[in-house]
Amino acid sequence: MIQFTLWDIVRNLLISIPWTLLLSAIAFLGGGAVGILLLALRLARPRAFSLPIAAYVQIFQGTPLLMQLFLVYFGLALGGIETTPMTAASICVVLYASAYLTETWRGCVESIPKGQWEASASLALTFTEQLRYVIFPQAVRLSVPPTIGLLVQIIKNTSLASVVGFVELTRSGQMIANVTFQPFLVYGLVALFYFALCFPCSLFGAWMERRLRVQH
Amino acid sequence: MTTLLTLLSCFLGTLFGIACAWCRVYGSRRPRLAIGCFVEFFRNTPFIIQIFFIYFGLPSIGLKFSSFPAAIIALTINLGAYACEIIRAGIEATPRGQLEAAQSLGLDSRQIFTRVVLPPAMSRIWPGLTSQLIIIMLATAVCSLISTEELSYIANRVSAETFRQFESYIIVTTLYLLLSICFRRFLNWLGPRFIFGCSPIGTAR
Repeated sequence: MIQFTLWDIVRNLLISIPWTLLLSAIAFLGGGAVGILLLALRLARPRAFSLPIAAYVQIFQGTPLLMQLFLVYFGLALGGIETTPMTAASICVVLYASAYLTETWRGCVESIPKGQWEASASLALTFTEQLRYVIFPQAVRLSVPPTIGLLVQIIKNTSLASVVGFVELTRSGQMIANVTFQPFLVYGLVALFYFALCFPCSLFGAWMERRLRVQH
Repeated sequence: MTTLLTLLSCFLGTLFGIACAWCRVYGSRRPRLAIGCFVEFFRNTPFIIQIFFIYFGLPSIGLKFSSFPAAIIALTINLGAYACEIIRAGIEATPRGQLEAAQSLGLDSRQIFTRVVLPPAMSRIWPGLTSQLIIIMLATAVCSLISTEELSYIANRVSAETFRQFESYIIVTTLYLLLSICFRRFLNWLGPRFIFGCSPIGTAR
C-alpha cells in the first residue's frame, strides 16, 4: 500500500480547489445574468411573465439541489444530448443560482419607494431608462450584502456537484479518504478549505452591510 | 422518513439555536467567543462535508453512529448554527424598556428570557426561521449519501432497479416540491398559534 503523507493529501486537495472556484464562478456569473433577465421580464408590463417566473423560482427553491442535479444529468442524457458532469453541473447550478438571485434582487427592487417609479415615469423615461438610470442604481446598493451571502451559499452548494461525478473539492476529498483510510483528517481538511474560501466572503458581506447601514 | 428527519431535526435544531443564541447574548465572554466560532464554522462549510465528517470521520476517533443518528446530529448542528444567528437578531431587537419593566415586576432572569424576551423575538424572526427550516428540509436529501433511507435514497434505489432514472427523479422532485409547500403552510399556521401566542406584535394580549 502506498503511504500518503499529510502533504500529499493537502496537495491533492489543493489541485481540486480551482474546479470548485470555476464552478462557483460559472454559477454566480451565469446565474446573475439569467437572474437579471428574469428580473427585468418580471418587472416589465404587462405582467404576463410574472406568474411563470414566480413558478420557476418556487420550483427551484422548493426542491433539493441534489434532485435537480440528478434530473439535469439524466434528463439531458434522455434527450439524447451527450453530457459531461461538468456541463450538467454547470447548467444546474446556473439555474439554481438564478432562481435565488432573481428573488433576492426582486426584493431589493420592491423596496424602492413607488414614488421613484412615478417620478421617473413623469419625466418621460421609458421602462428601460427607468430601470437603467433610476431603479437599478439604488437597488444595487441594497442588494450587495444579500448577494454576497448568496455567493457563499453557491460556493457551498457546488459541493453537491460531486454526486454526478464532477471532481471538485468534495469529490477529491471523498476519493482521497477512500484511498488513505483517514476520513477524519481528510474531511476535516476539506472543511477547513471550504471555510477558508467562504469566511472571507462572509466577512466582506458583513462589512459591506455595516457600511451601507451607516449611510442611511 | 423525510418528514420524520425534518421534524425531529427542526425541533432539536431550533432548541439548540435558542440555547446558542442565549449564550451569545447573555453569556460571559468565553462561551460567547466559542459559540461565535462554532456558528461561523458551520455557516461557512458545506453541509455535505459536515455530514461526511460526522458519519465517516468521527468513527476513527471512536465515535460511531449509524446513519440515522448521524443525519439527525448533522442536521441539528447545522440548523442550530443558522438558527442561532437568526434568533440572536430577534433577541437583540427587544426594546430595553421591556427588560426594565420585567425587572421591576420582580421576574428573575430565566422568567424574563422565557416569558418576556423569547416570544416576541420568535414572532419577529419567524419568517426568516421558516425559510431556514425549509432549507433544512431540502438538505435532508443530502442524507441519502450516507444511506439514510429517505425520499431521495428511495429514488436512487428505484432508478438503479428500473434503469428509469429520469422518471423516478422527477417524481421524487415533485414530491419534494409538494412537501416544501405543505411544510411552509404548516409553519405559517403553527407559528402564530403555538410558538408565540395568538396575537401579533403590538396588540395587547
